[in-house]
Amino acid sequence: MGFSGFRVIKEALTGHRGWGPLWRDPAPRAQYDIVIVGGGGHGLATAYFLAKLYGRHRVAVLEKGWLGGGNIGRNTTIIRSNYLLPGNQPFYELSMQHWERQEQDLNFNSMVSQRGIINLIHSDAQRDSFRRRGNSMMLTGAGARLLDRDALRQMVPFLNYDNARFPIKGGLMQTRAGTARHDGVAWGYARAADRMGVDIIQNCEVTGFRIEGGQVRGVETSRGYIGAGKVGVAVAGSSGRVMAMAGLRLPIESHVLQAFVTEGLKPVIPGVITFGAGHFYISQSDKGGLVFGGDIDGYNSYAQRGNLPVVEDVAEGGMALMPMIGRARLLRSWGGLMDMSMDGSPIIDRTPVEGLYFNGGWCYGGFKATPASGHVFAHLLATDTPHDTATAFRLDRFARGHLIDERGAGAQPNLH
Amino acid sequence: MSRLDLSQSRDALIDRNRPLSFTFDGRPYQGFAGDTLASALMANGVQLVGRSFKYHRPRGIFSAGSEEPNALVTLRSGARAEPNTRATMVELFDGLEAGSQNHVGGLKHDLMAVNDLAAPFLSAGFYYKTFMWPRAFWEKLYEPAIRRAAGLGKLSMQADPDSYDRGYLHPDLLVIGAGAAGLMAALTAARAGAEVVLADEDARMGGRLLAEGGLLDGAPATQWVAQVLDELAALPNVRLMPRTTVFGVYDHGIYGAVERVSDHLPTPGTRVRQTLWRITAKRAIMATGATERHIPFADNDRPGVLLSGSLRAYANRWGVTPQARATDPVLIFTNNDDGHRTAQSLLARGVPLAGVVDSRSGARSLGEYTTHAGAMVTGTKGRHGLRRVQIRTADGRDSWIPCGVLGVAGGWNPNVQLASHHRGRPVWDRERLTFLPGPDGPAGLIPAGAACGHGSTIAALADGRRAAQTALAQLDRTATAPALPQAEEEPSAIAALWHVPGKRRAWVDLQNDVTVKDIKLSHQENMRSVEHMKRWTTLGMATDQGKTSNVTALAVMAELTGNGIARTGTTVFRPPYTPVALSVLGGGDTGANFRPRRLTPTHHWAEANGATFVEVGQWMRAQWYAQSGETHWRQSVDREARAVRSAVGLCDVTTLGKIDVQGPDAATFLDRIYANTISTLKPGRVRYGLMLREDGFVYDDGTCACLGDGHYVVTTTTGNAGLVFQRMEFARQCLWPELDVTLISTTDAWAQIAVAGPKSRALLERVVDGVDLSNDAFPFMACAALTVCGGLPARLFRISFSGELAYELAVPARYGHALMERLMERGADLGVTPYGTEALAVLRIEKGHAAGAELNGQTTAAMLGLGRMVSAKKDAIGAVMSRREGLAGDSRRLVGLQPVDPAGKLPAGAHLFAEGVAQGLATDEGWITSACYSPHVESYIALGFLDRGDQRLGEVIRCANPLEGQDIPARVVPAHFVDPEGGRLRD
Amino acid sequence: MLIPHPLLGLRDAQEFTYLGDAALLNRPDPAAGEAAFADYVYLRDNPASVHRELWFHEQGDRSWLVVTRNTLTHEILGAELARDVKLGGTA
Repeated sequence: MGFSGFRVIKEALTGHRGWGPLWRDPAPRAQYDIVIVGGGGHGLATAYFLAKLYGRHRVAVLEKGWLGGGNIGRNTTIIRSNYLLPGNQPFYELSMQHWERQEQDLNFNSMVSQRGIINLIHSDAQRDSFRRRGNSMMLTGAGARLLDRDALRQMVPFLNYDNARFPIKGGLMQTRAGTARHDGVAWGYARAADRMGVDIIQNCEVTGFRIEGGQVRGVETSRGYIGAGKVGVAVAGSSGRVMAMAGLRLPIESHVLQAFVTEGLKPVIPGVITFGAGHFYISQSDKGGLVFGGDIDGYNSYAQRGNLPVVEDVAEGGMALMPMIGRARLLRSWGGLMDMSMDGSPIIDRTPVEGLYFNGGWCYGGFKATPASGHVFAHLLATDTPHDTATAFRLDRFARGHLIDERGAGAQPNLH
Repeated sequence: MSRLDLSQSRDALIDRNRPLSFTFDGRPYQGFAGDTLASALMANGVQLVGRSFKYHRPRGIFSAGSEEPNALVTLRSGARAEPNTRATMVELFDGLEAGSQNHVGGLKHDLMAVNDLAAPFLSAGFYYKTFMWPRAFWEKLYEPAIRRAAGLGKLSMQADPDSYDRGYLHPDLLVIGAGAAGLMAALTAARAGAEVVLADEDARMGGRLLAEGGLLDGAPATQWVAQVLDELAALPNVRLMPRTTVFGVYDHGIYGAVERVSDHLPTPGTRVRQTLWRITAKRAIMATGATERHIPFADNDRPGVLLSGSLRAYANRWGVTPQARATDPVLIFTNNDDGHRTAQSLLARGVPLAGVVDSRSGARSLGEYTTHAGAMVTGTKGRHGLRRVQIRTADGRDSWIPCGVLGVAGGWNPNVQLASHHRGRPVWDRERLTFLPGPDGPAGLIPAGAACGHGSTIAALADGRRAAQTALAQLDRTATAPALPQAEEEPSAIAALWHVPGKRRAWVDLQNDVTVKDIKLSHQENMRSVEHMKRWTTLGMATDQGKTSNVTALAVMAELTGNGIARTGTTVFRPPYTPVALSVLGGGDTGANFRPRRLTPTHHWAEANGATFVEVGQWMRAQWYAQSGETHWRQSVDREARAVRSAVGLCDVTTLGKIDVQGPDAATFLDRIYANTISTLKPGRVRYGLMLREDGFVYDDGTCACLGDGHYVVTTTTGNAGLVFQRMEFARQCLWPELDVTLISTTDAWAQIAVAGPKSRALLERVVDGVDLSNDAFPFMACAALTVCGGLPARLFRISFSGELAYELAVPARYGHALMERLMERGADLGVTPYGTEALAVLRIEKGHAAGAELNGQTTAAMLGLGRMVSAKKDAIGAVMSRREGLAGDSRRLVGLQPVDPAGKLPAGAHLFAEGVAQGLATDEGWITSACYSPHVESYIALGFLDRGDQRLGEVIRCANPLEGQDIPARVVPAHFVDPEGGRLRD
Repeated sequence: MLIPHPLLGLRDAQEFTYLGDAALLNRPDPAAGEAAFADYVYLRDNPASVHRELWFHEQGDRSWLVVTRNTLTHEILGAELARDVKLGGTA
């Protein structure tokens, strides 16, 4: 039975007895057409689109812990399509279009909220480079606005305009950008995929791949061997570990990114604001917490926790930008495992192992990509050809020199 | 309610001789020094202090510590207003102002309380199931309404007026918590001579010893506490840090702590408000105590219902109880012996006691009061404060007991959070019915006392000593163990009771309004892992971080799944232990001091001469020098650029990175650093150099001057100075350590001034000491070490960014200012003009020289028209990778652009399209990197990368700037707008 | 974090800049060609365990160090001068 306001009322009046499980907990079958490794946002979205758009229902998603427990459950919930390069922008715009009809497609309110994102401008040179980016956004229909200081001041009067180390000269805004309730995204995909017959198997850790004659046959798991026609890997920060089981080295390092939330406060921050010069970005959740973050800690880590200098650095950036948040209190911090790729852009491609497909390298930007990542990965798994918006995300682009390097930082993951 | 009569007790911890006035919601009250806001409110009979998050139910004070979920107030007013402050942690000061929050129309008559009537519709996760139609209504209607209703307190929207500090400590031992275990640990370590830091979140050290009213060595425990603190305070190796919360455990023994230096004062005065401490400790003892848990039962959230141990603390330490009237009887509900200790304390203080409801069938009274053994509390009444409690006795009969206060004792949860900050999981102890710190906690952190299950005073004292001895042994110190004081035995039997079954709502998380029913619904909907339950119901996500709710909730879930508590597990504990103000984490380096500024040697001279400054890689550079009468920056910039092309200009270029490279292998080394060859460069000559990253893209450019055999000076762009030096050191130490070469950055050592323009030679001849600067003697790309102004050592380079006859003159940095003044003075008759970075940009765009916008890390040497500089004859960083197909096949080239309409402007950041094509990313052929008005061309000019640009000279293309509604025709021209043959710079 | 500098003792990691896997010491011979360089520049073992990695003491003595650190626990097992490692051929 679907979710709706009427249903909520009906259940309220009848003691909520009619709500069933959001998804089943099936035992793994011996064989699937397609096995997705990773029950995070991307893996669940992939399974959903495989069933929804490509008619593949003999699909399993294997999750080593609880579904949605990876980066989809620990991020700063920002959605946007404000990229520069042609290899990226159409893909993220596809994602944005999915976000815009997410709730209706999934019959689940993941609270997509298009309250806008503003990237602050501090210098003429930065305005020039943002103009180039804004024009890329305009050319893909993503939309963009270049705000001058006055327009910005009207929108967000609480920034430090008058005593700033980095003067605020304006901003590049995408009004369609915003936030979504991260957990709700995972749950929405999981529930919708489950209803189309996808088996979501939690507490099922993949411990190896069975590969015969260069062809993947299935996966070894903590719950036994599971046969598969094709295997798609979407494990975010664990990409290196999982793909190593198939004998593959990746152009990826795993890093930790910390994020933070304050105690609940009445609404103050309208949308998302990013302060590049200070390594700080912020939004406010519907529940009232200020959600913010900054740079990655900068060293290889699988520890899922960071260190104090970055906490201080991020808070300092926040205080420099909007000193009125000083008396808000940090409530929780967490550390996500980022698979930082060598050019800062993702990889969605076949691998040298026949039947084994890889989706990863999302750096710290995977959340906003969730719908499109699922869509194009499903497309690749189902058709063996890349989706039109994802032709650049090839694994061999590094060897061939077709990089998608938005920042121009080169082959050093912690600079992206 | 008035104070209890504490005259008989010698351990009263409030100072009745120091009354303090304060207001709550505008009404004046009085308390005493030593009170918290919570104890003072209790003393004044204030029961209703707040509203819950979701249903806006009336809330009273629930605890006596940092775990408080209910009593959140906005403390102070104006810019110092501090929302969501726990009244239990606020030390009373004279004139304190506090206000309740999260209500509409008064705390008592909160209009938002209608939410409670709608509660059946607002079940766990309801918002995921609705608000979806019509689509556009989410942002317009539903979400704004939800956002307004959500949140707790309000920010003042004013900048924090107080100052903050950072501090660093490096003790042998950090003791976290100054209760029985912590004091004993600190004493043991201190007597052994170790450097000890003892931190406690409370203003007063002593922990539960202050709250229990017990005896040590036959005297009130507070006397023992005072004696130990006196001894510790007198020791030079001990630092006592009250009001200091250790909030996080980081790597390698680093602990984050916040000291609330002056939060207990009306204003900080000349002091900082708080200090952020980074404590690097060889060992740490986690003596963080335990937090009592409650037992959910029907309507258990009314003001007047609170934790039993907190009730005891209020009575013993502050001499108050939370009744609205002194005659209202107090009832205790417990599943363990500890509830009876509260009963004993209350009796001893003369509080009217209605009895103890003990869920254990064999329970017996420990004093002169009624015990209802095998009974449970099944309901409450009282709109804004508790009036009656319903109990169901062992034989199943229900009855109502009038009472004003109900203390609930559900057992104690060790405060294991810090031990789990490195993601180690606590382990379930089925005897004690608690989670204990697991074996995989942070290295060097030793749990002690109640924090690891040794909750009785005797056990905590002994365990604190044990922990200190363990730490000292690990640090190779021997310790004589101090004798333990004599303490009474405290019974601690407990029988599991996680909630009272029933149909009505029973609160688990009081702040976020999560009830047992919500957990059941979560289970019913298959949100069964603790993380799913937490996220589906929002349990434990309130400001108390689940301290009063998590363990109870997972026990309820474990009961539903049948998996047992050990298998159900906890959610992950993360820093901070309690919420920390952003202002103290930000540490005070804010506003203009957020990042350092680097000033050039001529900064003050430039300031005095009307310069406007711009930041370039932390340097403040003169952007232009406005003269009187110039009303627009373009007037100044055009004048400066013209002066360089017609006379002579001066520009401080100190900020460009300078790296001295010396050694017999310097030339070999530089051949590998630069894409082009350096080893053929002769002493006295300069060469343009191009550096690639190892991935083959252009990294940086600059000049390399050979001052003598094995002595080179490399210059870099301003922004990349640090990175290039780092990479050169990498090459020297990590790639080719066998080369005999050394590097040093001299960027700050030399002031360097560009002297550019046709009259630059004439000017320099007036300051250089006896060196022939004629074109033959000192041609383009010559360099020399010489002296100027009568003996000042200097370096002169004949290089040109402007395309004019030009030099750069370097002198020791401290002479930069003087040199600038001297050049200005000696060149007055030549029309010497200082110019800033804007004119510099105009001059270089006119000459097609690449700068930051072109060297953005995405460009190849070929794109810049410098492909042939990448030598194929030698090994150099990036050479191999620059030949990859993707780079070699990139056909975009640097071109010049001029608007077809001479009056038109060209915006940098516009994308380039062939005339007539449908504009989209598929037809995109490049972009404008830099643009400016050229006073020499007398129109806008631009540089840009254009696909096959080198073959399209003369073509008219479109510069699309849809962002600002522009689509401008422009002609493709060579990227040299002035003197394309380069004759001027060689004259 | 604290890094045990072989010359200067324990130093706060904030004084350092991180580069990455110490395999970057093993730059291929230029004759090895693009494929060998592509492996060198881009591919990483990225282990969830002991990792040898390069740190630059930028706010210190400007030494490049090879630090051996566990990426799961952040425990540091040792630090050497990168120059010594390279000259010793043990990278």
